[in-house]
Amino acid sequence: MKRPDLHTLGPIVALIALVVLGALLNPSFLAPANITNVLARSAFIGMIAVGMTFVITAGGLDLSVGSMAAFLAGVTIMAMNAIAPALGIHWGTILIGMGVALLGGLIAGYLNGALVTKARIEPFIVTLGTMGIFRSLVTWLADGGTLSLASGLRTLYRPVYYGGIGWITWPIITFAIVAILGEWLMRQSRFGRHVEAIGSNERVARYSAIDVNRVKLMTYVLLGLLVGLAVVLYVPRLGSASGSTGVLWELEAIAAVIIGGTALKGGTGRVWGTVVGVLILSLIDNILNLADLVSPYLNGAIQGVIIVLAVVLQREKSTADER
Amino acid sequence: MTVLALRNVSKSFGPIAVLHDVDLALEPGEVHALIGENGAGKSTIMKILGGFLDPTSGEVLMDGAPRRFASGPEAEAAGIVVIHQEFNLAPDLSVAANVFLGREAGGWRLDHAAMRAETAALLSRLHSRIDPDTLIRELSVPDRQMVEIAKALSRNARVLIMDEPSAVLTHREVGSLYEQIDRLRDSGVAVLYCSHRLDEVDRLADRITVLRDGRVVRRALRGELDEHGMANAMVGRELEDFYPPKGNPGREPALKVSDLTVPGEVHGVNLTLCKGEVLGIAGLVGSGRTELAEGLVGLRPARATIRMDGRPIVIPTLRDAFAAGLAYLTEDRKEAGLLLEKGLTENLTLATLDRFGGWRIDNAAEVAAYEQAKQDFDIRAPRRDMPAGKLSGGNQQKLLLAKTMLPDPRIIIIDEPTRGIDVGTKRQIYAFIRKLAEEGRSIIVISSEMSEIIGLSDRVLVMREGRVAGELAGPMMTEENIVRLAMGVKEAA
Repeated sequence: MKRPDLHTLGPIVALIALVVLGALLNPSFLAPANITNVLARSAFIGMIAVGMTFVITAGGLDLSVGSMAAFLAGVTIMAMNAIAPALGIHWGTILIGMGVALLGGLIAGYLNGALVTKARIEPFIVTLGTMGIFRSLVTWLADGGTLSLASGLRTLYRPVYYGGIGWITWPIITFAIVAILGEWLMRQSRFGRHVEAIGSNERVARYSAIDVNRVKLMTYVLLGLLVGLAVVLYVPRLGSASGSTGVLWELEAIAAVIIGGTALKGGTGRVWGTVVGVLILSLIDNILNLADLVSPYLNGAIQGVIIVLAVVLQREKSTADER
Repeated sequence: MTVLALRNVSKSFGPIAVLHDVDLALEPGEVHALIGENGAGKSTIMKILGGFLDPTSGEVLMDGAPRRFASGPEAEAAGIVVIHQEFNLAPDLSVAANVFLGREAGGWRLDHAAMRAETAALLSRLHSRIDPDTLIRELSVPDRQMVEIAKALSRNARVLIMDEPSAVLTHREVGSLYEQIDRLRDSGVAVLYCSHRLDEVDRLADRITVLRDGRVVRRALRGELDEHGMANAMVGRELEDFYPPKGNPGREPALKVSDLTVPGEVHGVNLTLCKGEVLGIAGLVGSGRTELAEGLVGLRPARATIRMDGRPIVIPTLRDAFAAGLAYLTEDRKEAGLLLEKGLTENLTLATLDRFGGWRIDNAAEVAAYEQAKQDFDIRAPRRDMPAGKLSGGNQQKLLLAKTMLPDPRIIIIDEPTRGIDVGTKRQIYAFIRKLAEEGRSIIVISSEMSEIIGLSDRVLVMREGRVAGELAGPMMTEENIVRLAMGVKEAA
């Protein structure tokens, strides 16, 4: 059996330490309302980060997810507004909107994946390009301003973000399901094994009769689909989208993946780790907002230190292996 | 006068002793061969001599005085240069830049002209015509090795430690390596040469030290120990015949390939492989042997008419080859064969995961397959979740063989079956190959090792410049005949 190592334990210990710290600094930290808030806000980045774990594990990268989310949110809102007069303020309209978000995510992910695998362009370059494209498209669609969901629809759609089972809201439930399925997919499925093999050594994968391009393409499609799912849950939160929606989400998602112990060069994917990474990032943000210890403006700095620290710990583990 | 010596050196890693009271002396102008099976302690000795490890007890003597090197670079500064199996060259820098890497000529501004001139001088001393401005990535493997040797010379090496330098070379290239080593010897360098190829030890070594289980078991001077004697000393018991007896292949063709063309590499090759036959493919590197195999199994774009058991088939991808019962074992174990940082089970089943459950992988079946493979191919590994890269070369090769055999192919193409593995394991692998043939499978063995091709094959095809230069069988399978065909030398009429 595998012994738990610094890789897996490190992030969990950090998470527990943060929870203890938060509880000590402010009693309201452990209040259900606050926990719901933290988890629900983690859900968007969380779902995207689970998808990102697959892309990175296969040796890829996707910088476009934040812009993609903004663009999909814009398109979804426009689609619902456009069909609302015909269908009325109705769940049917919202379901179509959700369909648009998911399908759009699928297509956008396919676009990234096809450019990487079929046109053989570096993932960094491809997604740097599509990042700009999606961002600019949503700004253009919103004409530099904000795209807002018609108010009747907004009222109807609101519970998808704010409602749920007791204090466990739908985004939390969805995130949990995505995380469990993601972990299963990475650990137990043939797809996950192939993803790890490709990230570990693409040539070995090819010589093992794995359809490398197809698997890589699938990771981008999966990520796109999860971005679409995040949008489905994000739109009812504010009911609007603009050029500044989802800014820096890609970096937060990548940071969560790295903190969770997935190597940036690929080969080893840890979906649980990613989930822990997302929670660590949100908790830091939350604790800084609740306690007056450090200015919330230093949030980014602290997150930065955590990311670097996580990578240093990873490296120490691998040099220990060498000996 | 001895340059570098070990006196009563022992080395332990934790509780495990790997060297026991080793004495070894390297003399200037002498090639000293260090031989032994994998795990005998050769690499530990090289690391101690090269300053990468300290002995647990005993001394390293340089010019008769005890020396302790804090690091590899410090030993290098003292004139001890190690040429590792994996080259230590920056692929995107030029030859000259690599030779001078870390001790560039000039001040803040690099003196390119001086470095280029000096590199050219070093290379011409080695009778090599490599241009100092070429990038390393554009060089062939033997040329890279030449650059490593030039780099060693530029550091005024007094002791050169070479770890299996010929493992990456073909027959002809090995010839030029021998010449370089002869020149180094003549110029007074002490060479420590580690190799699994006993024929070259016989050819090169002035002095032989045989290691077994961390002890020196035999010392010999040139001519005192023949190849058979070396093998026996390494293994510690009398080796019966090294190669298994040849089989009796059927006449029924299992595979018939006509007009196989891999653009730019292989031109219209025809070959027939019979049931139960071991067909050897010989030829120089670059003669299209590997390309032929990879084209056949769908790893490279190729055109061919293929018949298996009389039925025409097409093999556009490797997956189709597997489906047809055709498997290929790559020559590049570390870069194309195994995932070095992944566990043994994962490696074993990687190419055949669809046989282990549907979407969900059946872990129990995987473990059972591993246990079976471990037994069938005598894989010696303490744990199945250990990274494959931590296995010895021989066990890696056995694991790769097991992986290749997992889809139960009827035709197996094995490219360099025993590259860089020890004598004992080589013999085991030869026995496996013969056993597979006896089970009625057909095998193509591609090898640069002449004795292996001759000892193992029922019939040999020799390739030259992408074409089959000739076919040899029975008593015609001799080293001379193969070389003649491979080099394109016409038979004296």
